[in-house]
Amino acid sequence: MTQADLERLYEAMAHQIDSVGADHAPLYLAKLALLLAHHLDDPETALRSIADAARSLDAGPAR
Amino acid sequence: MKPAGKSAHESLYFDYPHFEPPTGPARDTLRDPVTVAIIGAGPVGLTAALALAQEGVRSVLFDDKASFNDGSRAICLSRASFHIFQALGIVGAFEGKALGWTTGRSFYRGQQILEFDMPDSPSERFRPMYNLQQQYIEQFLHDAVAANPLIETRWQSALTGIRDTPDGAVLTITDPVESYDLPARWVLACDGARSATRALRGLRLKGENYEGRYVIADIQMDHEYPTIRRALFDPDCRRGGTVLIHKQPDDLWRIDYQLRDDERTEDAMAESAVRAGVAAVLRDIGHEGPWELEWWSVYSANTLALDDYRDGAVFFVGDSAHIVPIFGVRGLNNGLADAANIGWKLGWVLTGRAGPQLLDSYTAERRSATLDVFANATKSARFMTPPSPGWTLMRDAALSLALDHPFAGDLANPRQFTPFTYAGSPAVLADDPAFASGPCPGDLMPEARLDAGFLTDRLQPGFSALCLDPALTRAVNDAAEVGLIAMTLPATPGDHLDAGPATAYLLCPDGHVAARWKSASAALVLEAFRALTFRTGDPS
Repeated sequence: MTQADLERLYEAMAHQIDSVGADHAPLYLAKLALLLAHHLDDPETALRSIADAARSLDAGPAR
Repeated sequence: MKPAGKSAHESLYFDYPHFEPPTGPARDTLRDPVTVAIIGAGPVGLTAALALAQEGVRSVLFDDKASFNDGSRAICLSRASFHIFQALGIVGAFEGKALGWTTGRSFYRGQQILEFDMPDSPSERFRPMYNLQQQYIEQFLHDAVAANPLIETRWQSALTGIRDTPDGAVLTITDPVESYDLPARWVLACDGARSATRALRGLRLKGENYEGRYVIADIQMDHEYPTIRRALFDPDCRRGGTVLIHKQPDDLWRIDYQLRDDERTEDAMAESAVRAGVAAVLRDIGHEGPWELEWWSVYSANTLALDDYRDGAVFFVGDSAHIVPIFGVRGLNNGLADAANIGWKLGWVLTGRAGPQLLDSYTAERRSATLDVFANATKSARFMTPPSPGWTLMRDAALSLALDHPFAGDLANPRQFTPFTYAGSPAVLADDPAFASGPCPGDLMPEARLDAGFLTDRLQPGFSALCLDPALTRAVNDAAEVGLIAMTLPATPGDHLDAGPATAYLLCPDGHVAARWKSASAALVLEAFRALTFRTGDPS
């Protein structure tokens, strides 16, 4: 995936989050994660990503 | 703004000159017709005057101020701007003072998430970016203008009226002594974002305004850090906000920090608030020594432009024609490119070396360059100051992910070095399909090492035909076209030109490729030169 591809995904997600609205954003993002994991078809990578994404949610190393 | 008790032109590091309005015998000729009137003696107007003078054309600069701008404003000069100064023969002063840089670093909550390098190599004459206060930029340009017999400057002279005539326009200029009218064949409006010329013509900039506001402050301090652009996302000193830090000459540091939605601009601009805001940033970057406040201001990002950069006899040049977000560092650089572009074109038309249609390419080339800047700067602005909950969530996700996954840090790259092209301009020819790679018509010609020096040091004013075959160089030069000089490139110029033994590149005076042939002949080059200067079929 190129840098330009990554930027397109980033922009599409930003627009979609705004479009579904704040109330629905967690449900939307959970559905998106399940869908991407399904297409990824690699349970170990998906599980590792599920753990990785939970890191640094609130605090950088300085805090 | 300046600290309490300091006047606009009192500075920690810069001695402002004071310029008088025209006096004595100079007032006898105030009403004489001028070929080119330039409104605004800032960096863009000064550069336009020098570009015209290089083509042998006289101009008169008008500025309503009595000195250079207060505060330092623009501080980043791009490599392309240094090439403009090089072509004007004045780059030495800039090289002697400016701080060149290549690298940027982004931090999230104190931890580095990205280090990016802009394109640079030993075959480049100049670094990708230089930091230099705008007063120095104006001073170095003004030194050259003051020494040039083709340029007259009238300070404390404001444009207060303009009306069209069949031969151009009549300007009303107001200085401390009187108001007077003078005719001008052409007018270059280089009078900035709040252009008086634009207002007098009833024209408006169109586009987008962004929400985020930044305080921008210059301070002087003894602080050890290389010339590297630092961006702090969500730092301790400004939770939820963004901070930018740039080093300038004379131990000056530029600090930009974002205001929260609930901070009123008037409150944030108070000197005590700015001092507190700066002090918090300095704590975050570990500076414990003394510092002095020089100047501050506030800005928000905009992408605004005129639909057409020409209105009758008036060309809009620089910020009068477009306002771009600061994050792309393309405000001043874009304006200097405008000035160089209209300068050579108007110069060539006024000296009979090009037909008037050449002027139509000014808006085509420079407005499309501005729209490219808008596209990149908009991406950058959406990362620096996310405009909605969706953009905020994605930005925060990218930053959080970037702490452990470098790929996400790339989303913080400000893309300050995306080159622009004039492909599609009426003043470049279609590409030769025989090329598989290399710079296309419209692209800036890449720099190259030649013998002990650089290609751009060897280029003469005017169009340049770069030929691989010395016999072709001789044949083009034997035609003795005014304003066209051929030179021979080394037999192996490198892969970057996709050259064969008879290849030629034809460059415009501003260094952009105008045409190229895999297998060139003198007849092709000369025919292209006449077409590109809009003299095809002209018996003269």
